[in-house]
Amino acid sequence: MATSAVPKARPWHVVPGAAQLSGAYAWARRYPLLPGTVLMFLLIIPAIFANQIAPHDHRIGDLKAVKLPPAWVGPKIVERTVVERQGRVARQNEITLSAAKRRIERGQATFISGGADGQVDLGDKLDVVVRGGGTWKYVLGTDKQGRDVLSRIIHGSRISLTVSTLAIVLGGGLGTVLGLLAAYRGGFVDTIIMRIVDIKLAFPSILLALVLVAAWKPGFMTVVIVIAVLLWARYARVVRGEALSIKHKDFIDRARVAGASDLRIMFRHIFPNLINTLIVLATLEVGHVIILESTLSFLGAGIPRPTPAWGVMVADGRELITSAWWIFLFPTLAIVMTVLSMNLLGDWMRDKLDPKLRNV
Amino acid sequence: MQRYIIRRVAQGLLAVVVISVVVFALARVSGDPTLVLLPDEASEEQIANTRAEWGLDKPLHVQYWVWVNRLARGDLGNSFKWAGTPASELIIERLPATLQLSLFALLISGLIALPIGVLVAVKKDSGWDYAGKIFAILGQSAPSFAIGLILMWIFAVQLDLLPTSGRGGLSHMILPGFTLGYYNVAAVMRLTRSSMLDVLDSEYVKLARIKGVPEWKVIWKHTFRNALIVPLTYFGLIGAVLLTGSVVTETVFAWPGLGQLVIEAIIARDFTVVQGVVLLFAFIYIGMNILVDILYAYVDPRIRYA
Amino acid sequence: MTTAQKSVAENPIILEVNDLRTYFFNRTSTVKAVDGISFNLRQGETLGIVGESGCGKTITALSLLRLVPKPAGRIIDGQILLNGEDLLQKTEDEMRQVRGRQISMILQDPQTSLNPVFTIGNQVREALGMARKDSSKGMRTRAVEALRKVNVAAPERRLEDYPHQMSGGMKQRVVGAIAMSCEPGLIIADEPTTDLDVTIQLQYLRLLKDIQQNTGLAIIFITHDFGVVARMCDRVAVMYAGRIVEHGTVRELFNNPSHPYTQALMASVPKLEERVDRLYSIEGQPPLLSNLPEGCRFEDRCPYAREQCISEYPPHFNVEADHTADCWKLDPTW
Repeated sequence: MATSAVPKARPWHVVPGAAQLSGAYAWARRYPLLPGTVLMFLLIIPAIFANQIAPHDHRIGDLKAVKLPPAWVGPKIVERTVVERQGRVARQNEITLSAAKRRIERGQATFISGGADGQVDLGDKLDVVVRGGGTWKYVLGTDKQGRDVLSRIIHGSRISLTVSTLAIVLGGGLGTVLGLLAAYRGGFVDTIIMRIVDIKLAFPSILLALVLVAAWKPGFMTVVIVIAVLLWARYARVVRGEALSIKHKDFIDRARVAGASDLRIMFRHIFPNLINTLIVLATLEVGHVIILESTLSFLGAGIPRPTPAWGVMVADGRELITSAWWIFLFPTLAIVMTVLSMNLLGDWMRDKLDPKLRNV
Repeated sequence: MQRYIIRRVAQGLLAVVVISVVVFALARVSGDPTLVLLPDEASEEQIANTRAEWGLDKPLHVQYWVWVNRLARGDLGNSFKWAGTPASELIIERLPATLQLSLFALLISGLIALPIGVLVAVKKDSGWDYAGKIFAILGQSAPSFAIGLILMWIFAVQLDLLPTSGRGGLSHMILPGFTLGYYNVAAVMRLTRSSMLDVLDSEYVKLARIKGVPEWKVIWKHTFRNALIVPLTYFGLIGAVLLTGSVVTETVFAWPGLGQLVIEAIIARDFTVVQGVVLLFAFIYIGMNILVDILYAYVDPRIRYA
Repeated sequence: MTTAQKSVAENPIILEVNDLRTYFFNRTSTVKAVDGISFNLRQGETLGIVGESGCGKTITALSLLRLVPKPAGRIIDGQILLNGEDLLQKTEDEMRQVRGRQISMILQDPQTSLNPVFTIGNQVREALGMARKDSSKGMRTRAVEALRKVNVAAPERRLEDYPHQMSGGMKQRVVGAIAMSCEPGLIIADEPTTDLDVTIQLQYLRLLKDIQQNTGLAIIFITHDFGVVARMCDRVAVMYAGRIVEHGTVRELFNNPSHPYTQALMASVPKLEERVDRLYSIEGQPPLLSNLPEGCRFEDRCPYAREQCISEYPPHFNVEADHTADCWKLDPTW
């Protein structure tokens, strides 16, 4: 009663479900241009034109520019006192005489006190550059082998894009065929397929993926196949449900009366009606696949080095998190932003094309 | 209620049997352990001997039967990688670390997510609600290793408030616990919010207000208990989410638990250990599900009579 | 009936509503759900509020309890004087003392009005507990008593039942028991019988009437059913698009419906004694509450509409001493 008294005004551009959202998220969902654009820049354009865009070679690093910070980060300068410690490592905020001389020669240290005679003496205080500043040559810095982080991220997008496309085509294809088969044949075939789906869905996916990766040898195609194996069950379930609801419609009966074969009915008559659903499901899954792939790579069970998969880059950066944060942070952000954009895009497509998938 | 519990437990046992077959088959899929155990140049004879020694030459169903019988006696077999150590010993050694972390994460999910979910529902469309939404969206879009590393970088490296990794006191647990719980916090919060909003809109909440029931009681007695049903069903999944998550989180924070063990074992193709860990995870997962169903029946009396 | 009416007409006024306005503010529009209504109610009297779905009846009721759905809905103007005190000036805490104890409400849908996870006893006791604290045993006796008052059979056994174990009619009685448990002076019944079977409906209405006779309760009866109005009410207010368009005693209004909308509503009630070929229905749709016309709100559906109706909203014209209608047709210069 209360609600009927208040007709809900819904401007044409408001997608259903977005009405109760507010702020940036609602905005982003109403205008998917933003996630779409972020996605184009982050994933698709770099993936296609990686060789043209990437400023440096992603495989061979510059060993003279190891662990350089991003361009906007200045050098790290620490005050140190010159001490004489033969054969021992200097304590924090101390520097040995010989090291200090070397640093001064290279211009990596300046005097704070002493040094009037141009010589380094014990007890002098120096400003020592412990880490060089960033340069615009390597905008996002370099890793421990001197490879450009930006170039590696750009090439990494290629991996994410190809893995997710292939895995979804493969897993989605398998799931669609099995789902159609289950719906169309029914009975025993249906029972068997759906039981397998249930078992598959009850199994923690990372664990299953790890076991499967270990069964073959880690590599690009292994990752694609393993992710496809993780994906098919959901497609099978959704496709089966959809196909069952279509199966009993008049036009299917008419096709059957006209003498169409089972195969023809399944692919010429039922399948076209599922395309919207499949597109939405695929978009919704891309984020999921990128998360799976990067997690496997991060755990060392995905794309092997030296391929610049984002997950591998993050794993490399993890070891250096205390000294060189940019090595882990930028690929991490690339993953999060891509998945975020993909999810927003998927939500939007679902609302546009197939709102009944809301709870899948 | 009793009959309901018995029925649920029986269903659970059946699931355990199915999963044990699946686990057994999967572990055998993960490669021939003799190839890992022996050097590359091992002779045919050596391989055959090793296979006989480990019982790998018998047909699969025999291997399974032997395995189940030993399993019933708590014998998971010996590890290949950790030369002859019983898998059960390895698991028992690592189990407390994982349990500690999972329980802590569960505590975080429950204690943080439910109240925050209620808060953002009650303060719908406010700054709180907005902040909660961003938090939830990030939770869906960030893999847990990303969350873990970013937290580690901010709180351990930049602010130097907490240790970066390893197992120790409470301070060691905060970052991995939160990382492990994060996904659940976000999901439970979102579910609690939408479910609270549905219930707050219901006639019986209106009636409670009409009766003059104070607002805190309207929210916590009349709304919360009904709204709890939806997030509770989700808690059933948490077992799996936490255990799966522990594999990643333990790797990020070098936490010496089962997650790390299973990764090491998988990479070494040590399938007695893999079987043991995965089976244990499955047990816990099914047990959690039964527990949740019983809790669910307690909260919503309609289920008991169905 | 006449004697009863007379005595009611001399009772003190307990509720006086003046120019009440409750609007809903959405991002894109303002919905004027209740747009300036006034009426009053005496002790022991029953006022019927009649109108189509979405005309603002329920929002009026919720406004009286200050339970308009927040944050979109707000009471922006008017006075609600309950025994001389303005409810709109009260704090939320003071308002809670009013709810249940002085004004109560019976909701439309008995199926969903009871909390599914608590026993009937728990919910009735909670309502009782709002008025005064008591020992648990005393509370139980009073809960049984409350259920007995609404003719629930074997109330002692019913206390431990959950709502899903009861029939719809039984649930509605329990809702009634909850509403009346603190002996409020005024009950708002929002279409309490629409979801019940016809025989159960009659029983329920008779029960309400009996309780009213015994306690001197005032009732606001919200309905779209003129049959129920004739059976239950002393006076009627007809609502259309957020306003009361006609107001008078039941007898007056039935004998002499003066607003074209009331006339149309009455014509749409099928009568047994007349054989009709087609059921009468009103052409067109009520205006959107978010986009109300300047003039009379019934104008585009009204068979008598003229220029004047489009440009200006009519004032209350007196038809009889105790009967007003908002229609230019009643203007002597028409």
